[in-house]
Formats: sequence, C-alpha cells, structure tokens
Amino acid sequence: MQIVVLVKYVPEPLGTPTLGDDFLLVREGVDGALDPGDEYAVEAALQLVGAQGGEVTLVSMGPEVAMSAIRKGLSMGAHQGILVSDPSLRGADALVTAKVLEAVVRRNPFDLVLAGVESTDGYTGTLPMTVAELLGIPSATFARTVEVSDGTLRVERQTEGGFDVVECPLPALATVTGSAAEPRYPTLKGIMSAKQKPVEQVSIGDLGLAADVLKPSQRVTAATPAPEKGPGEILQAGDDAYTKVADLLADAKVI
Amino acid sequence: MAVWVYAEVSNDGPKPSALELLAKARALGGDVAAVSLGPGATASANELGEHGAATVYATDDEAYEDGLGRPQAFALEALAREHSPDVIFFSTSYDARDVAGRLQARLGTTLMSNATDVPGNDAAQTQIFGGSRIVDVALEGATPRLVLVRPKSFVAERVGGSANVVSVDVQIPDDLRSAKRVERHEERAAGPKLEDAKVVIAGGRGLQDPSNFRLLEELAEAIGDAAVGASRAVVDAGWVPYSYQIGQTGKAVRPEVYIAVGISGATQHVVGMKASKRIIAINRDGDAPIFRLADVGIVGDALTVVPKLIEAINSRRGSGGVAQ
Repeated sequence: MQIVVLVKYVPEPLGTPTLGDDFLLVREGVDGALDPGDEYAVEAALQLVGAQGGEVTLVSMGPEVAMSAIRKGLSMGAHQGILVSDPSLRGADALVTAKVLEAVVRRNPFDLVLAGVESTDGYTGTLPMTVAELLGIPSATFARTVEVSDGTLRVERQTEGGFDVVECPLPALATVTGSAAEPRYPTLKGIMSAKQKPVEQVSIGDLGLAADVLKPSQRVTAATPAPEKGPGEILQAGDDAYTKVADLLADAKVI
Repeated sequence: MAVWVYAEVSNDGPKPSALELLAKARALGGDVAAVSLGPGATASANELGEHGAATVYATDDEAYEDGLGRPQAFALEALAREHSPDVIFFSTSYDARDVAGRLQARLGTTLMSNATDVPGNDAAQTQIFGGSRIVDVALEGATPRLVLVRPKSFVAERVGGSANVVSVDVQIPDDLRSAKRVERHEERAAGPKLEDAKVVIAGGRGLQDPSNFRLLEELAEAIGDAAVGASRAVVDAGWVPYSYQIGQTGKAVRPEVYIAVGISGATQHVVGMKASKRIIAINRDGDAPIFRLADVGIVGDALTVVPKLIEAINSRRGSGGVAQ
C-alpha cells in the first residue's frame, strides 16, 4: 500500500508567533516543527504499512527550513519525502497550496492520502478536501480510527454528537484527529537512518504549473490588536478566592 | 449583491448556525438566498424564510445525507454557475468544511476560513493568535467567494418574511456517492447541551486522571444549569467523548460563565470559549495563558480547589443570599 501523508512545517506551537511587515507569519529564523496535528497522520500511516506492507511518502510545501518537518517524519519511520520549495510560493493561499500538493501527489500511484484535520498555525481546515476534489477521490474527514481492508477505507468519523462509521473505496483521502494514533518518539536509530532516506526537492517548474495557478486570491490588509479586557483578579487558592468565585456566580445570576 | 447561505438542515429543521449566517447576510443588504440539501430541507424553508432568506434552493434527496461533501459541492457548483452569487457563507462545522473545501476546487474561487465578521463580499475578518489580533483579509478574484464563519459570531434574528422555494434538481453522478456513512452513533451527555447551558465547566490535563471529571459533574450539579466540556488534549487522550470538546475543532460556546479547570489556554481551545461573558480559570501554573482571559483566576490544584468551590456555592445558597 502506498500512503502519502501531507505534512506542514509550522512555527513552534508553544512559541510566540509573529507577523512580518507583510502580515505573513514569520516562518524563518524562528523555531519550527512538524505540525503536531500531522504527527497523528504520520503515525496512522506507519501503523497501516506496518501491518499490511507498503511505503509512506511525506509531501510538504514550504520554505527550505520545512525540510526539518520531513526529517522528523522520516525519523519516525516514513520512507521518503518530497518538498516543494519555491520563492514564488511565499504568501500562497489554500487554493494555491492545494493545487501544488495535488500536482505532487499525482506524480506517483497512491492508495491513500492522509492529513491532519487542520494546521496548528492557520487552522483553515479545508485544504485536504480541496486536494481530494482536485484528485477526484472520495474522502472521510475527522477520522478517529483508520482501517483499510480489501481496497476499502473504513473510519470512525467524529461528529458533533458522537461518531459515524464511514466507508469508501481506495484511492481515498482521510484526515485524522489526535485520537487516531499516539505518535511514536523517533529512536536514535530512526534519527540516524532518516539522514540517509531520499528527499526530493521540487520547484514549481518541475511540476509544470502555470503562473496564474500560483496567484493568491486573498491577502491580509491589516492586523490590529484585539481589544483587551481589563486584567482579572488572579488569587492563590484559599477562602478569599472561593468567595470571589461565588460572588461572580451570584452576580451572573447562575446560582 | 447576492449573498447565499449554505444552510445545514436535518429533519429537526435548520441548524442554529444557518440562522446566524442569515442574520449577517441580511445585514449586508442585497438578495439573500439559502441552499439546503438533504432530508428536512423543504420543511426547513419556512424558518429560513422567517430569518431572512428570500429564496431557498432546496431538495430532500437522500444522496446528500450520506454523501460526505462530494454531492453537495457538485450541486452547489451547478447552482452557483446558474445564479452567480457574489459570496456564499458556510458555518465552520464538520460537514460544511468538507463541502466548502471541495467547492473551492470546483469553482477555483477564494475561500476564507474561521471568519468572525464579514464586512462585505470582498473582505472578511478573523482573529489569530488565540484572539489577540484581529486580521482583515481582502478577498479577490472571481466570485462566488466562500467564507466560513465561526459559530456564534452573529445572533440569529426572526424578522418574518417567507421564502420562495426553488426545487433543486441536480443529478448526482454515481461515482460521487462512493463514500458512505454506514453507521451513526450518538454519545450524548445528560443535562443541558454545551451550547445552551448558562454555565460551562471545562476540564483539561490538570485534572490528572479521567476519573476526576466526576468533580466537574459535581460542580455542575451544585450550580444547576451547567454543562461539562473538555479541552482537545483530554479528548484526544480518550478521557471523555469528542462531543465534550470545546475549541477550534469541537464546539464554540458563549455562556454566562465559563469555568476552565486545569486548562492551560492553547489557541485551539481559546477560540471556542473566548466570547463567554465571564471567565473563571483554575490552574496550578500561575503563568498559564488562560489567566489572561480570566475575570477571576485561582492558582491552585484543581483537585483541591473544585471541592472547596462546591462548598462555597452550597453555603452561599444555604445563607439565602441569592435566590435560585
């Protein structure tokens, strides 16, 4: 089974993100990592090929530093990576990104595409479905379990009130939640061998995409601080604090 | 200007988000239409009309019920090419995200996710970095622009009026129906729903063990009209079902009082509860970001603090100081 995992390099999730003068997120010169949401997808893919054989290919679009996200996935056990890095992609929006990823995924036969539900920096949450539609394949999102048997993908899809069981024929795309798989820590051996694994660097020219495909259709025009509410009262645990909470609940007329 | 709302419906009627979106669509002026696809669509048209839709494009076809986004995107593309709306609003919900993502591929127009306001058909606003910055985004290129709005960004308003119902007659090709919902499972908690409760109490990693969620249930009982929710971290860890999750993925809530217990305040969580009227935070780490949002914060161990709060609430009631 050939599994492609779409992965993203994001600024360190626990760090303090900043916007540049162009209102784009600063991605270079700051600590970054493989998006934690994508680690679940990498792990789910590794478990599937671990049980059934096959290969996991990581596909990413981003600046040169995004290579470290691919290396992380390779150190977990993925087999190879493809990074699309091109100065013309700076400021790419979701549609541009989807078209680029589609073009990369199409280059080789695949059975399953996995992705996180949404990125930890942008939270757009629609990109995998746009890729699926461009590829012309069915999909199942918000998967908390992922199984493949007899050419059929079967997932438990989270819903607002519980979960649905969804099935579709391969090739297909699924987005996985954090419940799908607990990401493994790379072993020292994994980290060493990741350095030897093949990572192909691809430019836009290599993909044969026309220039008009790369034109973003949205841009940030302003970023202003949200109105802050005044600082609250932060108290050490103790009777004063408990009284304050009871006061607040009474003021709000909920007790 | 023609503004469309992708109105999610079920046999119980339109989802609240559809009515919220109609309120904004109406406020923008121009022609407002709703598109509702699947069982319950035709029966929902009345209510959509009363909330401001002049036209409702509707079909009860079951192909949309189990289609998981593909049939909906196909039909929306056909309708949009026929009627040329300027903008289509979606809720940032599980199902609507799938539909909008696919529709973007079919139309090739721009898509803006997580909008918190929509000033017009060429701009949208969102909040980033846990709601600390407001970002204005210009929407450019061909129409219709697709805007996904966070639930509870607008207030639904019944304005009267009735919709002209237009039957949708789009043939969905068989190969777009290959994904199927084969089972449905509900995991509902007892008590008021998270979205409706006056008080929401949410637990996170600071509770240390799933069994300690019992403390939050006890606190909810002491308060009365309260529901228990959770952060993504503990839902992912399997402590409580996904239906408890509050945040970017999960539910958006806007209660009178929000009590965050053992939750650090990651962006993921904050965007789902920041609009609460009053916020109480309990965390062992005095530097936890959640305290920046709190009206009252208690630095302490949740397992010690929550039972003390229950005592304080009960004694306040017992003293007769405030009527229920």
